[in-house]
Amino acid sequence: MAATAPVAGPGGEAGSPLPRRVGSALGSALRRGSVLRWLGGAGAVIPLLALGFILVVLLIEAIPAVRYNGLHFFYKSVWDEGTGYNAVIVNTHGVKHLSGADYGALPEIAGTLATSAIALIFGVPISIGAALFIVERLPRRLANGVGIFLELLAGIPSVIIGLWGVVTFGPILARDITPFIARNMPDVPVLDYFRGNTGSGEGLLTSGLILAIMIIPIVAATSRDLIRGVPILPREGAIALGMSDAQTARKVTLPWVSSGIVGAVVLGLGRALGETMAVAMTCGVALGAVPGNLYGAMTTISATIVDTLDSALLDGTGFAVRTIAELALVLMVITLAVNVAARWLVRKVSGTALPVGRGV
Amino acid sequence: MSGLPAAERDVASPGPHDPGYFPPVSRRRRAGNLVFWGVCLIALALVIVPTVWLVAGILARAIPHFHFSVLWTRTAGLSGGLLQPIIGTVLITIGAMIIGGAISVLTGLYLTEFATGRHRGVLRGAYEVLAGIPSIVLGFVGYVALVVDLHLGFGFLPAVLVVSVLTIPYITKSTETALAQVPSGYREGAEALGIPVSWAMRKIVLKSALPGMITGFLVAAAIAIGETAPLLYTANFSDQTPSLAHVTHQGVPFLTSVVYNFSELFQPVNSANILSYDAALLLLVFVLILILVGRTIAARARRNAE
Repeated sequence: MAATAPVAGPGGEAGSPLPRRVGSALGSALRRGSVLRWLGGAGAVIPLLALGFILVVLLIEAIPAVRYNGLHFFYKSVWDEGTGYNAVIVNTHGVKHLSGADYGALPEIAGTLATSAIALIFGVPISIGAALFIVERLPRRLANGVGIFLELLAGIPSVIIGLWGVVTFGPILARDITPFIARNMPDVPVLDYFRGNTGSGEGLLTSGLILAIMIIPIVAATSRDLIRGVPILPREGAIALGMSDAQTARKVTLPWVSSGIVGAVVLGLGRALGETMAVAMTCGVALGAVPGNLYGAMTTISATIVDTLDSALLDGTGFAVRTIAELALVLMVITLAVNVAARWLVRKVSGTALPVGRGV
Repeated sequence: MSGLPAAERDVASPGPHDPGYFPPVSRRRRAGNLVFWGVCLIALALVIVPTVWLVAGILARAIPHFHFSVLWTRTAGLSGGLLQPIIGTVLITIGAMIIGGAISVLTGLYLTEFATGRHRGVLRGAYEVLAGIPSIVLGFVGYVALVVDLHLGFGFLPAVLVVSVLTIPYITKSTETALAQVPSGYREGAEALGIPVSWAMRKIVLKSALPGMITGFLVAAAIAIGETAPLLYTANFSDQTPSLAHVTHQGVPFLTSVVYNFSELFQPVNSANILSYDAALLLLVFVLILILVGRTIAARARRNAE
């Protein structure tokens, strides 16, 4: 009977396996999958549109500020919104702003780069060492348990880490550890950065170490998966040649995954550059000053944005909000540059693409 | 061994198959080995100790003052309970999962199944760049564009939109990975049997990719629950119970704002600090539940696959 046999549709495509009388265009389009393809295409365009939207909004908001702040935005250390008693609205080159407005983002830019550097210096060796130990030495069940720790640390919201930094970690650093370091540093001019007033526990060192704690799970988990993927033959070959397992790890395993580890480090760096809340709570948000030593209060771009957006709304001309947009644009440029450079580097060394996201 | 005199034969060193065997290497290399693994063990300790210290520190401050009534008492100013923030966090997370999840699954599907070559490269590059954008920048753009320029005001809608954009890269990446891992034999067999493409997608390919996709959803949920900076400027905060009747012009309270704004950093009031620790405790519990659920799903998927 014609109703129950599979019937070839128009165009010669396979008929449906169930008896159906639907010959409508929508029905055949649904079966062909073109509706799914169209829906999928529509969905896939949305991230592209969102990215474009973000860039356009930032550029539109920031350009007046860029015109007024000029190049001295990048080397002056000041943050004055001009909202004082004698604030007067002034027009310079077509940009409306308050008369006392003066912005220089050197502390922010330097702070962002410095905290990320400290985070990498402490976080990367610890992560790689831990990953090596987990893969090569721990029995399988302990390795799974440590994996849960890593996932937990990666999932803890950054406000909670910041809260812990403010109430526990910072005070312990300031009371016990940093005075010890400052006292015992040799009195050499180069090391002056490590001596001096050790502050209240909110500053460059504290926020750098907190950032290190935050990037460790990403770098460690990604490295662990990479090291686990090293094939057994090269390692056995090294042992057959008489290398100890420490030498195997250093000379065979790590070089094998070096480009992947670069990718993991860049993921961590990306997180460190953009991290907001934990740094905002532990850096002291000193808006207009570069810290005099390692322990002084400082600020980063994201901490500044979070802290000053409220007071920027007091500026009726909207210029303070525009300057914050310029800051956000600088941060985006730094992050994008790091990402692009890393992807280029990784693609040059191997052929593989970078992982996306927290990687745990 | 038989060539040795009897006395030496009895105390000869263990051979390769005896327990306690260590190849006859120099003392220096053995020491170097020990030092290397010792340093790596210290590194592992430096990973575990801060985690334990962190969680223990928060628990130690939160548990002594925690009452279960906090879960259903309303927040009134700086004291009370956490009812509205919990509802707010849950609603924002669910909203972001629905909107962000729908977009991301469609994107992942399109990228894996239908896109080719440069087309795919451009679209994939778009969401990878999106992954690298700091969340505060997204929050700032959401504030400037949605709250101010589009006159939506602080509310549920701008908050959900911003968090959805935040979660898109994670869900898309895990959907893509999960779909790519479905053996092409499934798709080819379906086509050979004459199964329509949409039927094959729904019932065969997506079903087998489901555990991987769910893992991506759980990661995105953990991120959405823990986000603060973008929500501070799109949802603000308020004492009113969040409801889906007012998606704009009404601030939405959320737990991470309680942790930040009620903490000792800003409030000297003791009841506020206690609420801040309670909110931190709840967030930790949520994240732990999400991690355990994710691991259970992954374990069950692995068992079903074998």
